[in-house]
Amino acid sequence: MSTIVSLPDQSTARVPKRNYLTNENGLLSWLLTGDHKRIAILYLISITFFFFIGGALAGLIRMELLTPQSDLMASDTYNKIFTMHGVVMIFLFLVPSVPATLGNFLIPIMIGAKDLAFPKINLLSWYLYLAGGTMTLAAMITGGVDTGWTFTTPMSTHFSNTNVVTTGLAIFIAGFSSIFTGLNFIVTVHRMRAPGMTWFKLPLFVWANYAASVLMVLGTPVLAITLVLVVLERTVGIGVFDPTKGGDPILFQHLFWFYSHPAVYIMILPGFGVISEVISTFSRKRIFGYTAVAFSSMAIAVFGFFVWAHHMFIMGVSNYAVLVFSLLTMLVAVPSAIKIFNWAFTLYKGSITFETPMLYAFGFMGLFTIGGLTGVFLGSAGTDIHLTETYFIVAHFHFVMVGGMLMAFLSGIHFWWPKMTGRMYPEKISQLAAVVTFIGFNLTFFPQFLLGMLGMPRRYAAYPPEFQVLNVFSTAGATILGVGYLLPMIYLVWSLKYGKVAGNNPWQATGLEWQIQSPPLTENFTTIPIVTQDVYDYEWLERQKEHEVTHVG
Amino acid sequence: MDHLSPVIWQFLIKWLTNFAVIPPEASRIAPQVDALLVFMTLVSLVGLTLVALLMTAFSILYRRDRNPVATQIEGSTLLEATWTIIPLGLFLVMFVWGSVLYFRIYTPPPNAMNIYVVGKQWMWKAEHPGGQHEINSLHVPINQPVQLTMISQDVFHSFSIPAFRVKREAIPGRYTTVWFEATAVGTYHLFCTQYCGTAHSAMIGEVVVQSPEDYKKWLAGSTSGVSLAQNGERLFASLSCNACHNGQPNSRGPSLADVYGSKLNLTTGQPVLVDEAYLRQAILNPSAHITEGYAPIMPTYQGQISEEGLISLVEYIKNLSSNYRVQQTLNTSALLPESPDKKAAGAQGVAKP
Repeated sequence: MSTIVSLPDQSTARVPKRNYLTNENGLLSWLLTGDHKRIAILYLISITFFFFIGGALAGLIRMELLTPQSDLMASDTYNKIFTMHGVVMIFLFLVPSVPATLGNFLIPIMIGAKDLAFPKINLLSWYLYLAGGTMTLAAMITGGVDTGWTFTTPMSTHFSNTNVVTTGLAIFIAGFSSIFTGLNFIVTVHRMRAPGMTWFKLPLFVWANYAASVLMVLGTPVLAITLVLVVLERTVGIGVFDPTKGGDPILFQHLFWFYSHPAVYIMILPGFGVISEVISTFSRKRIFGYTAVAFSSMAIAVFGFFVWAHHMFIMGVSNYAVLVFSLLTMLVAVPSAIKIFNWAFTLYKGSITFETPMLYAFGFMGLFTIGGLTGVFLGSAGTDIHLTETYFIVAHFHFVMVGGMLMAFLSGIHFWWPKMTGRMYPEKISQLAAVVTFIGFNLTFFPQFLLGMLGMPRRYAAYPPEFQVLNVFSTAGATILGVGYLLPMIYLVWSLKYGKVAGNNPWQATGLEWQIQSPPLTENFTTIPIVTQDVYDYEWLERQKEHEVTHVG
Repeated sequence: MDHLSPVIWQFLIKWLTNFAVIPPEASRIAPQVDALLVFMTLVSLVGLTLVALLMTAFSILYRRDRNPVATQIEGSTLLEATWTIIPLGLFLVMFVWGSVLYFRIYTPPPNAMNIYVVGKQWMWKAEHPGGQHEINSLHVPINQPVQLTMISQDVFHSFSIPAFRVKREAIPGRYTTVWFEATAVGTYHLFCTQYCGTAHSAMIGEVVVQSPEDYKKWLAGSTSGVSLAQNGERLFASLSCNACHNGQPNSRGPSLADVYGSKLNLTTGQPVLVDEAYLRQAILNPSAHITEGYAPIMPTYQGQISEEGLISLVEYIKNLSSNYRVQQTLNTSALLPESPDKKAAGAQGVAKP
């Protein structure tokens, strides 16, 4: 018999007085907290802040590209803006977003633990994130950096007069936040599962974050080393990447992409986890082929490390290396296809409703499918030559990372908002926001596939006039997309005070997190639960409800 | 209609009429690349439609009001195997097809004519063997395979001609090559697609494909009077390379006649194929590969010769087919009274301080 806390649900329409938010008061109680839920909230606030900075920069980029001339700003300014857009969005938003906010909040609860394995290291990683973020902002304000977020050498080491060192060190520091978070998750999932919580009873969200953590711990140090080498080359001229000193500029590409390709999976895997939870909940079904979905996450994590050179097909790696990396890239596309079909078939014979998280998840499915399929265009060596370094690649990775990752993030934020705050978001307007986001997104990025096919290169402040019509569409779409992102920002804050009281389990979902009060107590569970039911066991949930009713009656 | 909005009207007329989804096909390889692109687009559309159809159909059939209680299903090995194996098969087809194409795009035919391209912040400089130089433009004859040997003088650049469906990075410190055979007379975009700093988006040029007659006319009209090889010959003399590489049996350096394309034995025991890249490295970093039977005494010319100068030297050495030419160099340089040292010959190739 499980001993999960079951407080009476909708009967008392009040947010419980004692919870992790009200437990202690004052700024210091937040800044020195060891509570994984509070740290998650700290992350949520800071990540949202950086997302809006990155978004504003994106808006400026789209405004500049409205006309073929470089007339809104000088080329140098444009270069700095797209560099900062990339740096902020990748390192300060996409990489930490789901793991650091939702993952931090939910993983301990989902496995029946009181906290993460190392609460103080968890707090430290937030401070490292904040330090990295602040340094990045400082670099931006004091002159910016214009190397592109990829820091390509020898551009970054010898030919740029901007704040490469500051930005490089900022990312180096923020990287440790990522490493520590990954480490914390891995240890927590291994050591702190509640009795009965076997590996194959883990929610898929935990599996996905576990896989991403492995990538963070193994990949991020390589990025850190690479950035240190860039800084050393720039300051003392060690010459690892300098051909006149016997170094090799291609080596930088290898090192950089050895992290930055897996980084794509660090970003997208936790998103996969969110989608699995949401689709299961709103179709009231166990995920179709749970094991396949769990293992495909691990397969992506493992294969993800062996495809980095597909960023370098035109860069002078040997023809046979191209063959190997092209083949491996095709193989890594397969687990993603498996997931898409498994999610689609989860709907089969389900009992489906279309609340906001589900709408975002549907949006994710469409956009990620397009993003994934266009990735195959780039993985196939012959077509990659024509499409790489054009707007096709810009569209592709925005479909995967913004269309995929950001939709998943928004889906997850709406899904767990009642658990995190005890309040519901307003349903109608959030459904509208989800639809607006989807339309805006497609209008922004679909024309960029066509631009890429036509050959428009990326990172251009000015472009030949025949590309204008598609750029106008794209900028118009970006405006709509901007509205789609601002709406949740407004109504979610509104809901903190005026939202309907959520109750413990507004979605009638199965996870452990839904069996405790909303918002949770600081210690999550009053007694550590013993898990007897299977994961996504909706029949068990029904029996629980009947059980409660008979007891109350 | 134009009373609606003159701006929108003009927009429609001016741009929508020129709207294209695929750039012109102007090279031998372009239709082959497009065939694969079309195949991939079709497969993607089928895949996307399938996912969309499944989701729409299930959403309609199994929405809560029609189907209040879900039926729990574990999964289905058969179905899952299907959607693992079919995508895998399709991806493998794309892999093989794409790889065949890749080898075709980057393997030049033996009869290709060679043009050198140097990328620098922020221009493309093309050097024709006849000594014609051009900046941000490239003239090529139609129906003739052309190989570009490229290098960058500073940062990464990338040479892209969308109408030809080819692209290749120009990398500091090493030669890369790309080839194409233009099939339609006209002027096409030439882009730098690798971000290279301030004026990256201004590093646009044009590729002019001409009929053989027009191309000959252009060559004749733009010649500087000194071919690359001749310029290389002057450099060879002014840098005193001929003091050792003079083809005499007892000279300090090996003879360079017919060396291009041959296999040399190094003191390490390894054979090496002499190509452009090897020649360039041998000039800049001579002690790294010493030919069997010679002492490692050649000084490095790192920092003393510009990339254009190196190209001239390489072109000169490539064309050396007998001792007679080396002998002639010795004579020519002796007969050139006003250019006895590096500085005078430097205008064409010696690196500026």
